[in-house]
Amino acid sequence: MKGFRYLKDVVTLKLDRAACIGCGRCLEVCPHQVFLLAGRKASLRDRDVCMECGACALNCPVKAITVDAGVGCASGMINEWLRERKLGKLGGGNCCS
Amino acid sequence: MPGFLEWLETPVGQVPRVSTALSFCDHLGACKVRWGIGRMSYMVPPGLYAVGHPAEDAPVVVTANYKMSYDIVRCTLAGRNCWLLVLETYGINVWCAAGKGTFGTGELVRRIAASGLAEVVSHRKLLLPILGAPGVSANEVARRTGFNVSYATIRAADLPEYLDNGMMTTPAMRELTFTFYERLVLIPVELVLALKSIAIVGGVALLSAAALGNLAAGIWSFAAYLGAVLAGIVLGPLLLPWLPGRSFALKGAAVGLVWGGLFYLLAGGARSVPVMVAIFLALPAVSAFHTLSFTGCSPFTSRSGVKKEMVIALPAMGGALLMGVVLLVASRFL
Repeated sequence: MKGFRYLKDVVTLKLDRAACIGCGRCLEVCPHQVFLLAGRKASLRDRDVCMECGACALNCPVKAITVDAGVGCASGMINEWLRERKLGKLGGGNCCS
Repeated sequence: MPGFLEWLETPVGQVPRVSTALSFCDHLGACKVRWGIGRMSYMVPPGLYAVGHPAEDAPVVVTANYKMSYDIVRCTLAGRNCWLLVLETYGINVWCAAGKGTFGTGELVRRIAASGLAEVVSHRKLLLPILGAPGVSANEVARRTGFNVSYATIRAADLPEYLDNGMMTTPAMRELTFTFYERLVLIPVELVLALKSIAIVGGVALLSAAALGNLAAGIWSFAAYLGAVLAGIVLGPLLLPWLPGRSFALKGAAVGLVWGGLFYLLAGGARSVPVMVAIFLALPAVSAFHTLSFTGCSPFTSRSGVKKEMVIALPAMGGALLMGVVLLVASRFL
Protein backbone atom coordinates (compact mmCIF):
# COMPACT_ATOMS: atom_id res chain seq x y z
CA MET A 1 0.00 0.00 0.00
CA LYS A 2 1.67 3.14 -1.17
CA GLY A 3 2.11 6.04 1.24
CA PHE A 4 1.05 4.26 4.43
CA ARG A 5 2.93 2.22 7.00
CA TYR A 6 1.83 1.36 10.49
CA LEU A 7 3.97 0.57 13.57
CA LYS A 8 7.19 -1.42 13.19
CA ASP A 9 7.86 -4.88 14.68
CA VAL A 10 4.44 -5.49 16.19
CA VAL A 11 2.68 -8.00 13.96
CA THR A 12 2.18 -11.62 15.04
CA LEU A 13 2.40 -13.13 11.55
CA LYS A 14 4.51 -16.30 11.26
CA LEU A 15 5.27 -18.44 8.25
CA ASP A 16 6.53 -22.00 8.53
CA ARG A 17 8.51 -22.34 5.30
CA ALA A 18 9.15 -26.03 5.88
CA ALA A 19 5.41 -26.76 5.82
CA CYS A 20 4.69 -24.48 2.82
CA ILE A 21 3.77 -26.25 -0.42
CA GLY A 22 4.07 -23.13 -2.57
CA CYS A 23 0.45 -23.00 -3.75
CA GLY A 24 0.48 -19.20 -3.76
CA ARG A 25 -2.91 -18.79 -2.10
CA CYS A 26 -1.45 -16.36 0.47
CA LEU A 27 -0.23 -14.09 -2.33
CA GLU A 28 -3.74 -14.15 -3.78
CA VAL A 29 -5.58 -13.11 -0.61
CA CYS A 30 -3.12 -10.64 0.94
CA PRO A 31 -4.14 -7.04 0.17
CA HIS A 32 -0.74 -5.75 1.30
CA GLN A 33 1.61 -7.99 -0.72
CA VAL A 34 3.27 -9.33 2.42
CA PHE A 35 4.28 -12.56 0.65
CA LEU A 36 6.23 -13.53 -2.42
CA LEU A 37 7.08 -16.88 -3.94
CA ALA A 38 10.78 -17.69 -3.82
CA GLY A 39 12.15 -21.10 -4.66
CA ARG A 40 8.69 -22.66 -4.90
CA LYS A 41 7.81 -21.58 -1.40
CA ALA A 42 6.18 -18.52 0.06
CA SER A 43 8.38 -16.10 1.93
CA LEU A 44 7.79 -12.87 3.81
CA ARG A 45 8.53 -9.88 1.60
CA ASP A 46 7.58 -7.18 4.07
CA ARG A 47 6.23 -8.42 7.38
CA ASP A 48 5.62 -4.97 8.87
CA VAL A 49 2.86 -4.08 6.41
CA CYS A 50 0.70 -6.99 7.60
CA MET A 51 -2.60 -5.81 9.12
CA GLU A 52 -3.35 -9.18 10.71
CA CYS A 53 -6.62 -9.73 8.85
CA GLY A 54 -5.99 -13.48 8.93
CA ALA A 55 -6.95 -14.18 5.30
CA CYS A 56 -3.67 -15.98 4.58
CA ALA A 57 -3.83 -18.23 7.64
CA LEU A 58 -7.47 -19.16 7.00
CA ASN A 59 -6.82 -19.94 3.34
CA CYS A 60 -3.51 -21.79 3.72
CA PRO A 61 -4.24 -25.44 2.86
CA VAL A 62 -1.42 -26.77 5.08
CA LYS A 63 -1.74 -24.33 7.99
CA ALA A 64 1.79 -23.05 7.45
CA ILE A 65 0.76 -19.53 8.46
CA THR A 66 -0.26 -18.35 11.91
CA VAL A 67 -1.35 -14.88 12.94
CA ASP A 68 -3.24 -13.49 15.90
CA ALA A 69 -5.97 -12.20 13.59
CA GLY A 70 -8.36 -9.43 14.47
CA VAL A 71 -9.48 -5.97 13.51
CA GLY A 72 -7.15 -3.05 14.23
CA CYS A 73 -9.86 -0.78 15.58
CA ALA A 74 -9.33 1.30 18.73
CA SER A 75 -13.03 1.82 19.52
CA GLY A 76 -13.74 -1.85 18.93
CA MET A 77 -10.97 -2.80 21.34
CA ILE A 78 -12.13 -0.34 23.99
CA ASN A 79 -15.66 -1.77 23.69
CA GLU A 80 -14.29 -5.29 23.90
CA TRP A 81 -12.40 -4.34 27.06
CA LEU A 82 -15.50 -2.72 28.58
CA ARG A 83 -17.70 -5.67 27.62
CA GLU A 84 -15.34 -8.15 29.29
CA ARG A 85 -15.65 -6.14 32.50
CA LYS A 86 -19.38 -5.64 32.01
CA LEU A 87 -18.96 -1.87 32.05
CA GLY A 88 -21.31 -1.08 29.19
CA LYS A 89 -20.33 0.35 25.85
CA LEU A 90 -18.44 3.36 24.57
CA GLY A 91 -20.82 5.76 22.88
CA GLY A 92 -20.17 6.38 19.25
CA GLY A 93 -17.43 4.06 18.15
CA ASN A 94 -19.58 1.31 16.69
CA CYS A 95 -18.17 1.81 13.19
CA CYS A 96 -18.81 -1.69 11.94
CA SER A 97 -20.66 -3.45 14.73
CA MET B 1 -36.13 -5.52 -3.65
CA PRO B 2 -34.03 -2.63 -4.97
CA GLY B 3 -33.47 -2.54 -8.73
CA PHE B 4 -35.98 -5.33 -9.48
CA LEU B 5 -36.82 -5.67 -13.17
CA GLU B 6 -38.56 -9.02 -13.63
CA TRP B 7 -38.48 -12.67 -12.65
CA LEU B 8 -36.15 -14.98 -14.51
CA GLU B 9 -37.06 -18.67 -14.84
CA THR B 10 -34.27 -21.05 -13.76
CA PRO B 11 -34.14 -24.80 -12.98
CA VAL B 12 -34.65 -23.96 -9.31
CA GLY B 13 -37.48 -21.49 -9.81
CA GLN B 14 -37.70 -17.76 -10.22
CA VAL B 15 -34.67 -15.54 -9.68
CA PRO B 16 -34.98 -11.75 -9.63
CA ARG B 17 -33.36 -9.98 -12.57
CA VAL B 18 -32.04 -6.63 -11.37
CA SER B 19 -31.11 -3.36 -13.02
CA THR B 20 -27.49 -2.20 -13.34
CA ALA B 21 -28.47 1.45 -13.18
CA LEU B 22 -28.88 3.17 -9.85
CA SER B 23 -32.03 5.19 -9.26
CA PHE B 24 -32.33 8.52 -7.49
CA CYS B 25 -33.45 6.59 -4.38
CA ASP B 26 -30.30 4.43 -4.47
CA HIS B 27 -28.08 7.52 -4.61
CA LEU B 28 -30.08 9.24 -1.87
CA GLY B 29 -29.89 6.11 0.29
CA ALA B 30 -26.11 5.90 -0.14
CA CYS B 31 -25.81 9.58 0.78
CA LYS B 32 -27.94 9.09 3.89
CA VAL B 33 -25.99 6.11 5.21
CA ARG B 34 -22.74 8.02 4.71
CA TRP B 35 -24.23 10.43 7.28
CA GLY B 36 -25.26 7.57 9.54
CA ILE B 37 -29.00 7.72 8.75
CA GLY B 38 -30.57 4.25 8.74
CA ARG B 39 -27.11 2.77 8.33
CA MET B 40 -27.71 -0.32 10.44
CA SER B 41 -30.75 -1.41 8.43
CA TYR B 42 -29.50 -0.67 4.92
CA MET B 43 -29.75 -4.14 3.45
CA VAL B 44 -31.16 -6.29 0.67
CA PRO B 45 -32.51 -9.85 0.93
CA PRO B 46 -29.74 -12.44 0.62
CA GLY B 47 -29.91 -14.97 -2.22
CA LEU B 48 -29.31 -15.35 -5.93
CA TYR B 49 -29.85 -12.46 -8.37
CA ALA B 50 -29.46 -12.21 -12.14
CA VAL B 51 -27.69 -9.37 -13.92
CA GLY B 52 -28.46 -9.14 -17.63
CA HIS B 53 -29.51 -12.51 -19.09
CA PRO B 54 -27.10 -15.00 -17.55
CA ALA B 55 -26.93 -18.55 -18.90
CA GLU B 56 -25.68 -21.60 -17.04
CA ASP B 57 -22.06 -20.79 -17.91
CA ALA B 58 -22.21 -17.16 -16.67
CA PRO B 59 -19.81 -16.12 -13.87
CA VAL B 60 -21.04 -16.02 -10.27
CA VAL B 61 -20.07 -12.92 -8.31
CA VAL B 62 -20.43 -13.07 -4.52
CA THR B 63 -21.09 -10.02 -2.33
CA ALA B 64 -22.56 -8.88 1.01
CA ASN B 65 -26.14 -7.78 1.63
CA TYR B 66 -25.17 -4.25 2.70
CA LYS B 67 -27.19 -2.35 0.12
CA MET B 68 -24.27 -0.12 -0.84
CA SER B 69 -22.13 -3.19 -1.59
CA TYR B 70 -24.95 -4.73 -3.64
CA ASP B 71 -25.55 -1.46 -5.52
CA ILE B 72 -21.88 -0.91 -6.35
CA VAL B 73 -21.46 -4.49 -7.61
CA ARG B 74 -24.59 -4.61 -9.81
CA CYS B 75 -23.74 -1.17 -11.18
CA THR B 76 -20.22 -2.21 -12.17
CA LEU B 77 -21.61 -5.28 -14.01
CA ALA B 78 -23.63 -3.13 -16.44
CA GLY B 79 -23.89 -4.67 -19.91
CA ARG B 80 -22.84 -8.14 -18.70
CA ASN B 81 -24.57 -11.42 -17.96
CA CYS B 82 -23.72 -12.58 -14.46
CA TRP B 83 -25.16 -14.28 -11.43
CA LEU B 84 -24.94 -12.36 -8.20
CA LEU B 85 -24.90 -14.38 -4.97
CA VAL B 86 -25.69 -12.10 -2.03
CA LEU B 87 -24.69 -13.39 1.42
CA GLU B 88 -26.53 -12.57 4.63
CA THR B 89 -24.10 -10.25 6.44
CA TYR B 90 -26.88 -8.37 8.27
CA GLY B 91 -26.32 -5.19 6.30
CA ILE B 92 -22.57 -5.03 6.96
CA ASN B 93 -20.03 -4.46 4.16
CA VAL B 94 -17.74 -7.26 2.93
CA TRP B 95 -14.59 -6.17 4.79
CA CYS B 96 -16.20 -5.67 8.21
CA ALA B 97 -18.40 -8.75 7.82
CA ALA B 98 -15.38 -10.89 6.89
CA GLY B 99 -13.65 -9.65 10.04
CA LYS B 100 -16.60 -10.86 12.11
CA GLY B 101 -17.01 -14.04 10.10
CA THR B 102 -20.55 -13.32 8.85
CA PHE B 103 -19.15 -12.98 5.34
CA GLY B 104 -17.71 -16.41 5.94
CA THR B 105 -17.33 -20.03 5.04
CA GLY B 106 -20.48 -21.12 6.89
CA GLU B 107 -22.76 -18.52 5.32
CA LEU B 108 -21.32 -19.08 1.83
CA VAL B 109 -21.85 -22.85 2.09
CA ARG B 110 -25.38 -22.30 3.40
CA ARG B 111 -26.25 -19.77 0.70
CA ILE B 112 -24.94 -22.00 -2.11
CA ALA B 113 -27.23 -24.77 -0.88
CA ALA B 114 -30.25 -22.54 -0.19
CA SER B 115 -30.09 -20.86 -3.60
CA GLY B 116 -29.72 -24.14 -5.50
CA LEU B 117 -26.73 -22.58 -7.30
CA ALA B 118 -25.31 -25.99 -8.29
CA GLU B 119 -28.38 -26.56 -10.48
CA VAL B 120 -28.43 -23.07 -11.95
CA VAL B 121 -24.85 -22.99 -13.24
CA SER B 122 -22.90 -25.68 -15.06
CA HIS B 123 -19.46 -24.60 -13.79
CA ARG B 124 -18.09 -24.66 -10.23
CA LYS B 125 -16.38 -21.31 -9.82
CA LEU B 126 -17.19 -18.42 -7.50
CA LEU B 127 -15.72 -14.93 -7.74
CA LEU B 128 -15.19 -13.42 -4.31
CA PRO B 129 -13.94 -9.98 -3.28
CA ILE B 130 -10.36 -10.20 -1.97
CA LEU B 131 -11.38 -8.34 1.20
CA GLY B 132 -13.79 -11.20 1.92
CA ALA B 133 -10.91 -13.65 2.32
CA PRO B 134 -10.42 -13.07 6.09
CA GLY B 135 -13.78 -14.81 6.61
CA VAL B 136 -13.73 -17.49 3.94
CA SER B 137 -11.62 -20.63 3.75
CA ALA B 138 -11.51 -21.49 0.05
CA ASN B 139 -10.39 -25.06 0.79
CA GLU B 140 -13.29 -25.72 3.10
CA VAL B 141 -15.81 -24.25 0.67
CA ALA B 142 -14.43 -26.51 -2.09
CA ARG B 143 -14.53 -29.53 0.18
CA ARG B 144 -18.09 -28.91 1.35
CA THR B 145 -19.73 -27.67 -1.86
CA GLY B 146 -17.50 -28.55 -4.80
CA PHE B 147 -17.30 -24.86 -5.73
CA ASN B 148 -13.86 -23.32 -6.24
CA VAL B 149 -13.30 -19.87 -4.84
CA SER B 150 -11.36 -17.30 -6.85
CA TYR B 151 -10.46 -14.11 -5.01
CA ALA B 152 -10.97 -11.72 -7.88
CA THR B 153 -10.34 -8.07 -7.02
CA ILE B 154 -10.36 -5.70 -4.04
CA ARG B 155 -12.55 -3.08 -5.70
CA ALA B 156 -15.81 -3.90 -7.50
CA ALA B 157 -14.81 -1.29 -10.08
CA ASP B 158 -12.04 -3.62 -11.31
CA LEU B 159 -14.47 -6.50 -11.99
CA PRO B 160 -15.13 -5.58 -15.65
CA GLU B 161 -11.39 -5.56 -16.43
CA TYR B 162 -10.96 -8.81 -14.49
CA LEU B 163 -13.76 -10.50 -16.46
CA ASP B 164 -12.45 -9.14 -19.77
CA ASN B 165 -8.87 -10.33 -19.32
CA GLY B 166 -9.78 -13.96 -18.77
CA MET B 167 -10.37 -13.71 -15.02
CA MET B 168 -6.80 -12.80 -14.20
CA THR B 169 -6.07 -10.59 -11.20
CA THR B 170 -3.45 -7.97 -12.00
CA PRO B 171 -1.16 -6.67 -9.20
CA ALA B 172 -3.08 -3.37 -9.19
CA MET B 173 -6.35 -5.21 -8.55
CA ARG B 174 -5.02 -6.66 -5.32
CA GLU B 175 -3.33 -3.56 -4.01
CA LEU B 176 -5.24 -1.55 -1.41
CA THR B 177 -5.47 2.21 -1.66
CA PHE B 178 -6.59 4.80 0.87
CA THR B 179 -6.85 7.97 -1.17
CA PHE B 180 -7.88 11.42 0.04
CA TYR B 181 -11.38 10.84 -1.34
CA GLU B 182 -11.62 7.34 0.16
CA ARG B 183 -10.80 8.88 3.54
CA LEU B 184 -13.10 11.86 3.02
CA VAL B 185 -16.28 9.78 2.51
CA LEU B 186 -15.69 8.01 5.84
CA ILE B 187 -15.66 11.22 7.86
CA PRO B 188 -19.38 12.20 7.97
CA VAL B 189 -20.42 9.06 9.83
CA GLU B 190 -17.55 9.52 12.30
CA LEU B 191 -18.85 13.03 12.99
CA VAL B 192 -22.38 11.76 13.55
CA LEU B 193 -21.13 9.02 15.88
CA ALA B 194 -19.27 11.63 17.93
CA LEU B 195 -22.33 13.87 18.39
CA LYS B 196 -23.42 12.11 21.56
CA SER B 197 -20.12 12.58 23.36
CA ILE B 198 -19.91 16.18 22.12
CA ALA B 199 -23.37 16.86 23.58
CA ILE B 200 -22.43 15.31 26.93
CA VAL B 201 -19.13 17.21 27.24
CA GLY B 202 -20.84 20.42 26.12
CA GLY B 203 -23.60 19.98 28.71
CA VAL B 204 -21.18 19.26 31.54
CA ALA B 205 -18.87 22.15 30.59
CA LEU B 206 -21.66 24.71 30.33
CA LEU B 207 -23.51 23.57 33.46
CA SER B 208 -20.42 23.44 35.67
CA ALA B 209 -19.24 26.81 34.33
CA ALA B 210 -22.66 28.29 35.07
CA ALA B 211 -22.53 26.77 38.57
CA LEU B 212 -19.12 28.36 39.11
CA GLY B 213 -20.62 31.64 37.97
CA ASN B 214 -18.65 32.03 34.74
CA LEU B 215 -20.70 30.94 31.74
CA ALA B 216 -18.35 32.72 29.33
CA ALA B 217 -15.48 30.45 30.42
CA GLY B 218 -17.76 27.44 29.83
CA ILE B 219 -18.57 28.52 26.28
CA TRP B 220 -14.91 29.30 25.69
CA SER B 221 -13.83 25.81 26.91
CA PHE B 222 -16.52 24.11 24.88
CA ALA B 223 -15.45 25.91 21.71
CA ALA B 224 -11.86 24.83 22.32
CA TYR B 225 -12.99 21.22 22.86
CA LEU B 226 -15.23 21.22 19.78
CA GLY B 227 -12.37 22.44 17.62
CA ALA B 228 -10.12 19.69 18.99
CA VAL B 229 -12.77 17.05 18.20
CA LEU B 230 -13.14 18.34 14.64
CA ALA B 231 -9.37 18.46 14.20
CA GLY B 232 -9.13 14.83 15.35
CA ILE B 233 -12.04 13.55 13.28
CA VAL B 234 -11.67 15.62 10.09
CA LEU B 235 -8.11 16.90 9.79
CA GLY B 236 -6.32 13.87 11.28
CA PRO B 237 -7.76 11.38 8.77
CA LEU B 238 -7.58 13.78 5.80
CA LEU B 239 -3.95 14.69 6.42
CA LEU B 240 -3.04 11.16 7.54
CA PRO B 241 -0.10 10.44 5.20
CA TRP B 242 1.48 13.84 5.83
CA LEU B 243 1.25 13.97 9.63
CA PRO B 244 4.39 13.03 11.59
CA GLY B 245 4.99 9.53 12.98
CA ARG B 246 3.25 6.22 12.38
CA SER B 247 1.09 6.23 15.47
CA PHE B 248 -2.45 7.52 14.89
CA ALA B 249 -2.52 9.02 18.38
CA LEU B 250 0.65 10.96 17.61
CA LYS B 251 -0.79 12.20 14.31
CA GLY B 252 -3.93 13.27 16.16
CA ALA B 253 -1.92 15.02 18.85
CA ALA B 254 -0.12 16.94 16.10
CA VAL B 255 -3.34 18.37 14.62
CA GLY B 256 -4.57 19.03 18.17
CA LEU B 257 -1.42 21.00 18.89
CA VAL B 258 -1.95 23.08 15.76
CA TRP B 259 -5.54 23.72 16.79
CA GLY B 260 -4.34 24.64 20.30
CA GLY B 261 -2.03 27.27 18.78
CA LEU B 262 -4.77 28.58 16.54
CA PHE B 263 -7.23 28.73 19.42
CA TYR B 264 -4.71 30.55 21.57
CA LEU B 265 -4.36 33.19 18.87
CA LEU B 266 -8.13 33.36 18.23
CA ALA B 267 -8.79 33.82 21.94
CA GLY B 268 -6.57 36.87 21.86
CA GLY B 269 -3.25 35.47 23.09
CA ALA B 270 -1.96 36.45 26.54
CA ARG B 271 -3.61 34.27 29.16
CA SER B 272 -2.35 33.02 32.50
CA VAL B 273 0.28 30.30 32.39
CA PRO B 274 -2.00 27.55 33.83
CA VAL B 275 -4.64 28.20 31.13
CA MET B 276 -2.02 28.11 28.40
CA VAL B 277 -0.63 24.83 29.69
CA ALA B 278 -4.18 23.47 29.94
CA ILE B 279 -4.85 24.35 26.28
CA PHE B 280 -1.72 22.61 25.06
CA LEU B 281 -2.31 19.51 27.22
CA ALA B 282 -6.03 18.89 26.87
CA LEU B 283 -6.66 19.79 23.22
CA PRO B 284 -4.00 17.51 21.68
CA ALA B 285 -5.28 14.71 23.95
CA VAL B 286 -8.85 15.11 22.65
CA SER B 287 -7.73 15.21 19.01
CA ALA B 288 -5.42 12.24 19.55
CA PHE B 289 -8.30 10.15 20.90
CA HIS B 290 -10.47 10.82 17.85
CA THR B 291 -7.71 10.23 15.30
CA LEU B 292 -6.84 7.01 17.14
CA SER B 293 -10.47 5.94 16.61
CA PHE B 294 -9.88 6.24 12.86
CA THR B 295 -7.71 3.10 13.07
CA GLY B 296 -11.02 1.26 12.75
CA CYS B 297 -11.61 2.81 9.33
CA SER B 298 -8.05 2.37 8.09
CA PRO B 299 -7.27 -0.65 5.96
CA PHE B 300 -3.64 -0.95 7.11
CA THR B 301 -3.73 -0.95 10.93
CA SER B 302 -3.05 -4.24 12.70
CA ARG B 303 -4.65 -5.38 15.92
CA SER B 304 -1.26 -5.75 17.63
CA GLY B 305 -0.29 -2.26 16.52
CA VAL B 306 -3.46 -0.66 17.82
CA LYS B 307 -3.09 -2.58 21.07
CA LYS B 308 0.47 -1.33 21.53
CA GLU B 309 -0.55 2.19 20.68
CA MET B 310 -3.50 2.15 23.08
CA VAL B 311 -1.49 0.88 26.04
CA ILE B 312 0.75 3.94 25.77
CA ALA B 313 -1.66 6.51 24.36
CA LEU B 314 -4.78 6.01 26.46
CA PRO B 315 -3.13 6.68 29.86
CA ALA B 316 -1.16 9.56 28.34
CA MET B 317 -4.32 11.11 26.87
CA GLY B 318 -6.27 10.56 30.08
CA GLY B 319 -3.50 12.12 32.16
CA ALA B 320 -3.10 15.12 29.86
CA LEU B 321 -6.84 15.73 29.77
CA LEU B 322 -7.20 15.45 33.53
CA MET B 323 -4.29 17.81 34.16
CA GLY B 324 -5.70 20.25 31.63
CA VAL B 325 -9.11 20.31 33.31
CA VAL B 326 -7.60 20.58 36.81
CA LEU B 327 -5.39 23.49 35.71
CA LEU B 328 -8.35 25.20 34.06
CA VAL B 329 -10.54 24.90 37.16
CA ALA B 330 -7.65 25.83 39.48
CA SER B 331 -6.86 28.93 37.40
CA ARG B 332 -10.29 30.27 38.37
CA PHE B 333 -9.16 30.38 41.97
CA LEU B 334 -5.54 31.45 41.51
